[in-house]
Formats: sequence, structure tokens, C-alpha cells
Amino acid sequence: MRNLKTLLAALLIAPALALASEGVHLDRAPDVSGDKAALQNGAKLFVNYCLSCHGASALRYNRLLDLGLTEQQVIDNLMFTTDRIGDQMTVALRPADAKKWFGVVPPDLSIIARARASADGSGADWLYTYLRSFYRDETRPTGWNNVIFPNVGMPHILFELQGEQVLKTEKSQHDGKEVEEHKLALTPNTGSLSAEEYDKQVADLVGFLVWMSDPEAGFRKQLGVGVLLFLAVLFVFAYALKKEFWKDVH
Amino acid sequence: MASNSNYEKFKSNGSLVQNVLEWVDARFPLTSLWKAHLSEYYAPKNFNFWYYFGSLALLVLVMQVVTGIFLAMNYKPDASLNAVGVPVAFASLNYITHDVSWGWLIRNMHSTGASAFFIVVYLHMFRGMLYGSYRKPRELIWIFGVLIFLCLMAEAFMGYLLPWGQMSLWGAQVIVNLFSAIPLVGDPLSIWIRGDFVVGDATLNRFFAFHVVAVPLVLIGLVAAHVLALHEVGSNNPDGIEIKKVVDEKGIPLDGIPFHPYYTVKDIVGVTVFLALFSFVVFFWPEGGGYFLEYNNFFQADPMKTPPHIAPVWYFTPFYSMLRAMVWNFFWLPAKFWGVVAMGGGVVILAFLPWLDRSPVRSIRYRGPIYKTLLAIFVFTFLVLGFLGTKVPGYYFFGYTPATNPDGSVIFNPLNYLLSGDLIAQVFTVYYFAFFITMPWWSRVDSYKTEPERVTWK
Amino acid sequence: MSDQGKMDCGRRRLIVATSAVGGAGVLAAAVPFVSSMLPSERAKAAGAPVEADISKLESGQMMTVEWRGKPVWIINRTPEMLASLKLVEGDLADAPSEKSIQPDYCKNETRSLASKKPEILVVVGICTHLGCSPSSKFKPGAEEGMTADWKGGFLCPCHGSTFDLSGRVFKNKPAPTNLDIPPHRYLSDTRILIGEDTQGA
Repeated sequence: MRNLKTLLAALLIAPALALASEGVHLDRAPDVSGDKAALQNGAKLFVNYCLSCHGASALRYNRLLDLGLTEQQVIDNLMFTTDRIGDQMTVALRPADAKKWFGVVPPDLSIIARARASADGSGADWLYTYLRSFYRDETRPTGWNNVIFPNVGMPHILFELQGEQVLKTEKSQHDGKEVEEHKLALTPNTGSLSAEEYDKQVADLVGFLVWMSDPEAGFRKQLGVGVLLFLAVLFVFAYALKKEFWKDVH
Repeated sequence: MASNSNYEKFKSNGSLVQNVLEWVDARFPLTSLWKAHLSEYYAPKNFNFWYYFGSLALLVLVMQVVTGIFLAMNYKPDASLNAVGVPVAFASLNYITHDVSWGWLIRNMHSTGASAFFIVVYLHMFRGMLYGSYRKPRELIWIFGVLIFLCLMAEAFMGYLLPWGQMSLWGAQVIVNLFSAIPLVGDPLSIWIRGDFVVGDATLNRFFAFHVVAVPLVLIGLVAAHVLALHEVGSNNPDGIEIKKVVDEKGIPLDGIPFHPYYTVKDIVGVTVFLALFSFVVFFWPEGGGYFLEYNNFFQADPMKTPPHIAPVWYFTPFYSMLRAMVWNFFWLPAKFWGVVAMGGGVVILAFLPWLDRSPVRSIRYRGPIYKTLLAIFVFTFLVLGFLGTKVPGYYFFGYTPATNPDGSVIFNPLNYLLSGDLIAQVFTVYYFAFFITMPWWSRVDSYKTEPERVTWK
Repeated sequence: MSDQGKMDCGRRRLIVATSAVGGAGVLAAAVPFVSSMLPSERAKAAGAPVEADISKLESGQMMTVEWRGKPVWIINRTPEMLASLKLVEGDLADAPSEKSIQPDYCKNETRSLASKKPEILVVVGICTHLGCSPSSKFKPGAEEGMTADWKGGFLCPCHGSTFDLSGRVFKNKPAPTNLDIPPHRYLSDTRILIGEDTQGA
């Protein structure tokens, strides 16, 4: 029996070892989940830059109160398409028109942070890398392309903040072989923010997208701790009860 | 039915509660059901770790039914797009997680429950293989069990369509198309199943009906039959011997103890540990690393665009690997057909286990080295098949890539074969079936130890 | 084997303690399921206050707006209609509106914001008996199928309850109380907000 269990344990680990990483490299997104100010800033960026084309139909404006905003702040600063705070965060754009104008309907971003997770990294990592990987590509209809989302339909919406990047190909010698490396280079003085400032803004925006995909996540984890503690207590009683009864058997 | 006459009817001591009980018991087999299935159902006293999973499976079934009912209150099986371009079914899941009070919890419980169900059931089945629980006279229990497993697969498959995400749509598209491999009737059959030429609104609606009404009814009926059959012949145990052979003067097995209270209190401990693991996933890890809730399924279904990599949920992947392993055309029938045969056969062959096993003993404790070795390899192959089912075809282990010449031809290297997921899946599929098909031979020639007269503690 | 009859104290105590903890857990687990059946955020949003523009509401006319899925009537009563309220007082089941649901500022004869616009009645058009929506019978007398001494009001088609022009129920009718008056306030002279009375509440 014992041997069998050891064998089983070994077998369960084996596939994990085989999970050698392949795929794209993603930058790690800073975790801002506990930072209300960052999430509020993210909400502002989302409403100003994303919400003109992408809806977040799972979310209602009054949910933003959970980020520490007052009703009046939400109404004054974040609501442009409706005057009812219970309304969903949707775009005025009709899907059929979007299809006509952009060729694709900009996807609803309600749970994009959960959808973009993969073996390469969390959804936050993907979004954080994506929003910092746009570069100039005149062959594209929008004039923009993206390193981790090739031939993306969306132009670089945050261009005025980040500035313009170009993709540079560097050739180098590695073990006698020529290796091509692609690197993004920022054209100086094209954006209003420094690289660090821009990364911070993107981190806030991504933090908001993550929050929005699962607004109960914070509460969920708190409750989870409570539930596990309760089960630990129940276990103590249940185990004592079992011991007590099984005295008869042993 | 449990016998209605073997037990004495309940006699009140005059108190109100007891009077009510007596009144009911005179009209309903309350006492006899209680005694036959709990307080006077004698189970072997040497149940070990592996014997928790039966009651846990029942617990998960109840949880799935309850959470399912509450999800159905807010879910809408509708594939049409709403005003903002999101399918109504997909949007109703967002509605559940974002707008319904506690909806997120109920949804997480149901999705985690699906995976938990399979984990528990696989371990429960493995217990049967360890201790020969399928052997005479328990063949019918085992067959009911295989039918439950089939129902569970149908339930999980149809339930997976309901969120109407990308994996829902394309997973269903692929699996339903499997039926088109059946000669002659295949194509009309798969169209009939879908009710459309592609997986669409009609498919979603009928899968919903099956998932919430039809299959659960059958499942609950089969579970009742499984338990009744078990209680008719009595439980097996880790020693694989019949406790009914050694009884006291009242006919009670000396190695038996009443299920209630001994195993009820023991199972409560198991339930508590299980719930802790379950809660950990529900509260801290609901996506289960992309295995319990596939990331791509958070994208709404798009009939115009297939995701780059389609893999079924983990609990189907061993059988999915078998499906993909069949790449040869036999007897003028295409490989696709044989893939379906392998996938279905992989489950159905389990039902024949009671007659394939010819060992004179039941439990692995008294079986010889052949069985122990072959079973260990069987478990290993099954896990690897499961792992490979989650990978794209052309997968190589440990990140290996076959080296190529400048003209693109592959340079020979034994590792090209040894590390090839496709090849390993084929070999392991052959092993899976060979394990069962050759069992009548090797289970007879294997050595064995003498079984003890009475159960042992190990 | 245990002796069925004897159950020692420690064992009994453990059973009680474990059942208590387990029972508490089951109760706590039931809370999410029961609360999931309460109105969702969507239902709450649909129940948010609604605005009504009464600038085009002529004297003697009635308009209907939807609030929380229910019809809310706004009636611009004529002086004659207001005068009828006094005349029927003796026939009413609860003329001072002691038992009915209305904001305190509407607990008066006209059941309206008497200080602002006494003639405007804002009332939930749902009979307090079993939830049908009464029909308006504004014309006095038998003209609209009522009795000759009818002074104007409402008739519920389901079980015949009658109400006066302030939504007060007449005596010996199945409806138990007067019609509900929702909280409301004037945003301007011609705009009413229904569902909310004081700022931000």
C-alpha cells in the first residue's frame, strides 16, 4: 500500500515537470488590488480611454462605489453615457455599427482579465504587456501593431500618454548561429509621460480590469479564510466524535 | 426494495414525537429503511482511506443538484446577442457573478463541483480496482457504477455548453461531430443531436433541458440502484473477503459494524476534510489553474472564430487522447470512426471487468506481482493520457523540439520518438486496452497469497 | 460492539457539540442560497427613482409612469374633484389614512404634497386587495356604469373595490387599505421624482 501511494505521488508530479514553458514572455503586472487610489485611477482611465468603444456590461456604475468613490464623484467624473447610476457600463455604439466601422465589434471587457489568463501568465500580465507593446506599423490600416497580439484591430489608444514605439530587429551571434531579436524602442519626446509614469498608469488600468472581472474577489478571499477556520473547528469536533465511537471497534 | 416486513414496527412510549413516529411507521417503512440501510447495515470494520469516496460522491451529487437549481433561477439558455452584442446565455453568467447576491459563490461551487465529482468518482473507481469490488456477487453494482460514470460524462459535457463561451461552443462542435463518424447514419445523427447544422441556439436549449432535467433524473435513479444493489450483497473491504462467512449466533458478521453510527461519524470527518479542500478551490483558486474553468471560456462564443487550442476539460482528456490516438484507417472505415470507437470503448470496457478478472483473490493485498506491476503502469498511462489530452497534437515532452535540416527535413534522433506525445498516446492507448483484454490470461497465471479468514488492519 | 442502551456522558456531549457546530455550518451555508433569491442589482437598478414631467398634464387628466415595475398614476385633480373628497368622507373605511402606506407628508385629505401642489395625486395604481390595477371612473354619477351617487374615483375590476379621488377605499369593500402613495418630491415646478423624497436618501 505504502509503495503504491508513493508511486502515485510520483506519477502526479511527473506531468508537472513536463510543463516546460513555451510561448510568449509576459511582463509581470504589479498587484494593485489593495490600492483603492490606483483602482480609482484605473476606473478613470477605463472610462476615458476604453469605454468609448468597449463596454463592460457586467458592471453597473454604482459598483464603483466599492472602490471608495462617492455617488456624486461617480456621477460627475465617470458617467458620460447615462444619468442613472444603476445602469450598466455599456457603450452607446451599436454592435452592428461597430462592425461596419472597425470590421470587428470591440469585445465587451467585463471579464477580459479572466479570459486573457494562460499558462504564460495571469490575465493581468497579458494586459499589462499588451498595453505596453504597441508599435508603429504603417502596413496596418490603423498604423499600429502589437508584439503580443499581431495584427491587432485596435489602434494605440494610449498613444498620447506613452508616445510612439518602433520595433527594432537586432541580429546577434549565438553559438555560431545568427539570432534575430525584436526589441521595442520608444521614440523620445512623443508621449506626455515618462516610461515609468506610463507603466504606472497601465498598471492602474489593468488593476481596474482585474477588479472588474471579479469584483467580489477581495471579499471572496476573506470569507474563504473564515470558512476554512470554521471547517478546522468542525474537524476537531468530528474527529473527537469519531475517536469516541470507534473505541468500541478497536 | 428493502424488505418491508423483516423489522418490527416502531412502538411509541407515549410521547407526542414517538406517537407521530409510530403513526408514520405503520404506514411507511421508516424503521425498516433506517435499519436496513443505516443502523443495521453491517459494513466491514476495516474500511480505509479509499472508502471515503463513495459517500463523498453522494455529497457532491447533492451539492451539484442544489447549486444547479439556484443557478437555473438566473441562467438563460439563449444564444442570441443582446443589445450590446453579448450572447444572452453568456451575459446571464456575468449577471449571476456580478448582479445576483452571492451568485459568484454558487457559480464557483457548481463549476468546482463538476471537477470534484470526477476526482471523487475516479478515486472511487480506482478503489474498486484495488480491492476487486467488482467481483462476484457485486457485478451489478459495478455495472450501475459504469452507467453512472457515463451519465456523469453526458451531464458534464452538456453542462459545459451552457456558459456559451468559446470552449463551450467549439468543444461541443467537435464532440457532436464525432457522431458523424458512425457509418451511414453519422451525418443525419449529428444534425439531429444539434437540431441545426452547427451548434446553435437549438443545441443550447436542448442541452439545457437534458442537463437540468433528464440526465439528473437518470443519474439519481442509477445512484439509488447502485446503493440498493450494494446493500443487497454487502460491502467489500480492503481484504476482499466476505465478512458474511463468519457470523455470530444472531447472524451478524463478526467483522461487521453498523454503518450508523460508526461510518456516519467517520464519513463526517472525511466530509470535513473534503470540504476544506473544496472550499480552498472555491474561494482561492476557482479557475483551478485553467483546468477547472478554462480561460478561453471567458471569451463569449464566436461561431466565426475557433480558438487556437481546443482541449476538453481535464476529466475527459484520457479518453480524448484515445480518440486522437487513432490515426489509421482499418477495414475501409476512416480513422475518425475508430477514434470514436476507442473513446467509447475506453469507458464501456470497464463494464466487462467483473468477467475479465480471473484471479482467485479479490484484493491487491493478496494478488501477485503481475497485477501490481500492470495496475501501476495502468495508472501511469491513464494519467499521461490525461495530460496529453490537454496538449496540442505534435506535443513533445520537456519542451523538446526535433532538430531539422536546412531544407526542413527532420534529423533522425531517437528522442523524436521517445518524447513524442502523439506516439506515447498511441502506445498508452494500446496498453489501456491490452490491460483489459489480456486480463483473463494474466490474472489467472499471476501468483497470489492466501486470504485471511478474518479482516485485518493495515 | 456498543451497548445500545448505555450512552455515556462524554459521548452525548460530543454528539451535541458536533451537531451544533455542523448545524451552524449548514445554516450559514444556506444564507447565500436564500439571499440569492432577493432582488439582484439589476432589479434594484430597475427600482431606482423615476422622473415624470407633468408640464403637459391638464387639469382633470391622469398619466401613468412605471416605477419598480408597477404603474404609478399622476392625477391633476380639478377643484370639483378636490371638493368631492370632503363629500365622501363618511363612506370611507379609513378617511384619515391611518392604516395605509404613504409618506408622512401625504397623510392628509388630498394625500398629496399639500404645501406644494395639493391637486397633484401621485399614487401606486395597484389595488391593496390582490394586486390588480383599478380603472379610473372620474365622471360623477352613473355615466361610467357606477351608482347614481358616485362622486368620482377608481373601481378595481377584479373584486369591485372602489376608491375615491385620493385613492382612499370605500367601506365594506375587499381592499383592506387605501392605495399606496410612493415617496416623491418636486425637482422643479413640472418635474416629479418618484421613489425618493429627500436628497441622497
